[in-house]
Amino acid sequence: MTVNLAKGQQVSLTKSGGGTLSAVRMGLGWQAAPRRGLFGSRTREIDLDASAVLFADGQPVDVVYFRHLISDDGSVRHTGDNLVGGAGQGGDDESILVDLERVPVHVDQIVFTVNSFTGQTFAEVRNAFCRLVDETCGQELARYTLDGGGPYTAQIMAKVHRGASGWSMTAIGTPANGRTFQDLMPSIVPHL
Amino acid sequence: MGVELVRGQNRPLTRTRLEIRVRAAVPLPTAVIVDGTDDQDPVRLAHQGGPALPGVEFRAAADRPLIVDLAAVPPGTPRLTVLLALPQGQDAPTCFGRITPPPHVAVVGVGDEELARFTLHGLDTETAVAALELYRRQGAWRIRAVGQGYAAGLRRMLEEYGVPDAERDAGRMRGTTASDRSSPAIPAQRSGPPTQPGTSPSAHATPPSATPPPGPAAAADPHPAAALSAEDRPDPSQPVAGDAVGWTLEERLYNQVGGVFEDLTRRIAAYRGAVDFAQSRLDAELDALLADPADRTGAAHDASRERAQARRDALTDQARAALDHDLRGLTAESEVVEPALPPAMAGWESPAWHGYRVPSAADATPLAVRLGDLHLPEVPELRVPMLLPLPLDEGLWIDTGQGYGAAAAAEPDVPRRRAAEMAAALALRLLAAHPVDGLTVHLAAAGDRDAVSDAFGPLGVTGSLRQWDEAAGLLAAMTRHVDLVQLALRAGAPDALPPDLDPGRHLLVVGDFPYGVDDRAITQLRYLLDEGPAAGVHVMLLADRADAQAFGPVLDPLWRSLLRLTPLPDDHLADPWVGHAWTYEPLMVPDGSRVLEHVALELAAARQAYGEGRTGH
Repeated sequence: MTVNLAKGQQVSLTKSGGGTLSAVRMGLGWQAAPRRGLFGSRTREIDLDASAVLFADGQPVDVVYFRHLISDDGSVRHTGDNLVGGAGQGGDDESILVDLERVPVHVDQIVFTVNSFTGQTFAEVRNAFCRLVDETCGQELARYTLDGGGPYTAQIMAKVHRGASGWSMTAIGTPANGRTFQDLMPSIVPHL
Repeated sequence: MGVELVRGQNRPLTRTRLEIRVRAAVPLPTAVIVDGTDDQDPVRLAHQGGPALPGVEFRAAADRPLIVDLAAVPPGTPRLTVLLALPQGQDAPTCFGRITPPPHVAVVGVGDEELARFTLHGLDTETAVAALELYRRQGAWRIRAVGQGYAAGLRRMLEEYGVPDAERDAGRMRGTTASDRSSPAIPAQRSGPPTQPGTSPSAHATPPSATPPPGPAAAADPHPAAALSAEDRPDPSQPVAGDAVGWTLEERLYNQVGGVFEDLTRRIAAYRGAVDFAQSRLDAELDALLADPADRTGAAHDASRERAQARRDALTDQARAALDHDLRGLTAESEVVEPALPPAMAGWESPAWHGYRVPSAADATPLAVRLGDLHLPEVPELRVPMLLPLPLDEGLWIDTGQGYGAAAAAEPDVPRRRAAEMAAALALRLLAAHPVDGLTVHLAAAGDRDAVSDAFGPLGVTGSLRQWDEAAGLLAAMTRHVDLVQLALRAGAPDALPPDLDPGRHLLVVGDFPYGVDDRAITQLRYLLDEGPAAGVHVMLLADRADAQAFGPVLDPLWRSLLRLTPLPDDHLADPWVGHAWTYEPLMVPDGSRVLEHVALELAAARQAYGEGRTGH
């Protein structure tokens, strides 16, 4: 069961079957810009980036993005930067994996974001989507369609947060503007 | 997927009906030696076509030739030994060393559940080998990976085990399989896919193809997927040596050490992050309390203060508990990995050095050499081997200075003497990792001749030590060497080197740098550090940075380019992931141990044998 989310929609997700989440993945996929003409190599590539920011009590303590692929404690891993996108057919072009059991004890929230590093707005990007997957069973928890999304270059996707009974996830989907996660910090803070 | 055993390792058996599958490039005659129940009962040999013994059954389908039913074995039988011999025939291999990839034995339970497997690495001239032992301990059956080869042959091996008619049995056993090999139903020739669905219940299992797939990479080891994923491991609290990816056991162990290093780094990072956060949160809360002048005294203030401190303590304790849990796992893993490490990666106290053999020119150079141990203040007892890949691509600097460590200040001569001993032990370790004539150590001890020369003295017997009167001469000669090798390589004519040029690798040991070294020699040294490794020339400096102050700041890049090792523990090395300051400790030879002499004599003997072999031709 996939929840298809509209912009700004918030929904709490717990693992179906009552258990708590132990590993989640954020996958990001988009269609590469079309190549045309003689100078195909001069096509303006679209580079979207997925990032995850780790918070402790409202303070950012670590970040995982294309320049820091593994959090210091090893619990959050980015599988590597994709600069051009893919087929846009549903395969993830960038992934961030979170092993929730290994997250340090003081980290209580992890926020996932998407930015357009090359500056195209989501209105210009084709077949872009972002999804959250329960990595233990491969089940898709939530999916956003980003394209046609208006003049924004970034989106605060979702957060996983530590509760009394374990981890749960809240989809956020707030649009924002920025080149890297640093630009998004003011937009992230209201959601903590 | 079962557990990959290393030689000597044993583990309990959870099943009594076992299939023993042998995979090798050629079909190998297999037999089982069944020990007698008491003195009257003789040792028996079960083999294909031989008399049937209770509990041991040979199947015609030689893909799974041997079934052992431990429940049917006579009750008093203490041990069954699974042995492998070589087939007969014109094109048959003459020794186990010729069989590549090395033979592999898998023990499979009911329903194709693989319980254990063992790759017979490191065999050479042996013609028969005891692969596995199934033995009783306190009434329970266990399995042990033996891997003991017999160069004297099958008959000799059977005699050793006390088989009464060893000669007859040896002949029968080899004869049987020789005729089998000519039959069309040779299992080893059957390809994997038809048997695959039945024999690989797990998605991670290696396809049970008896014929190794073609190609040089695949030939190195038929089981590259030896890494055990977490869910495959029968008991995660019992780590196993070699539990990592790699083509060979050595590579798997190397990667496993790297895994322990990274895991420890990250676990400590998580712990430190949590503790720092708890402290900064406490500080912020106390600041907020003090900022309110009306509330600075009184019971309410004290209560708030205590609450804040309790919050800090609770988080710190939680972090410590999480760390302790992870450290138990890492400690247990390091305890099984450490004894399994091959000599080049093992400490001097390791038994691996007692069985040390000089590698032959055909052997691959060890992947890495151990330079010392690393640890962090949170867990001083958990030491990670510091492994540096071979060939070395950076220069080593053994610090003879006294500007670090607490013990150094007390005894000013200690660092100098220990540095010389450490350099000599390290040079010997590097010599031991290379075949005869593979590495030559050049020693230029200029200033404090006695300490360094004394320390390197025992290396003299190896015949691979050359003493130089002055560093300048050595550096000039090696500069010429590197220049010529580079010329030859660039011209694509490595055969055209002059005959006086030694094509092996060279380790330059410069004692008491920069004594006896002028500007020209320094320039040459820089050239050797940059260009030398690619041309097989490596540098080790014994130096005190304070001695080189006269050169001013121009030597700073030189120091930075060297890997600094200290004869006394010092926390100056950073890991590549987070950058913790790790305390380096040099490898110590245990008191009273003569391991260095033993290794030097092995090298000397190997050189003598090598020299005789050459003059004989």
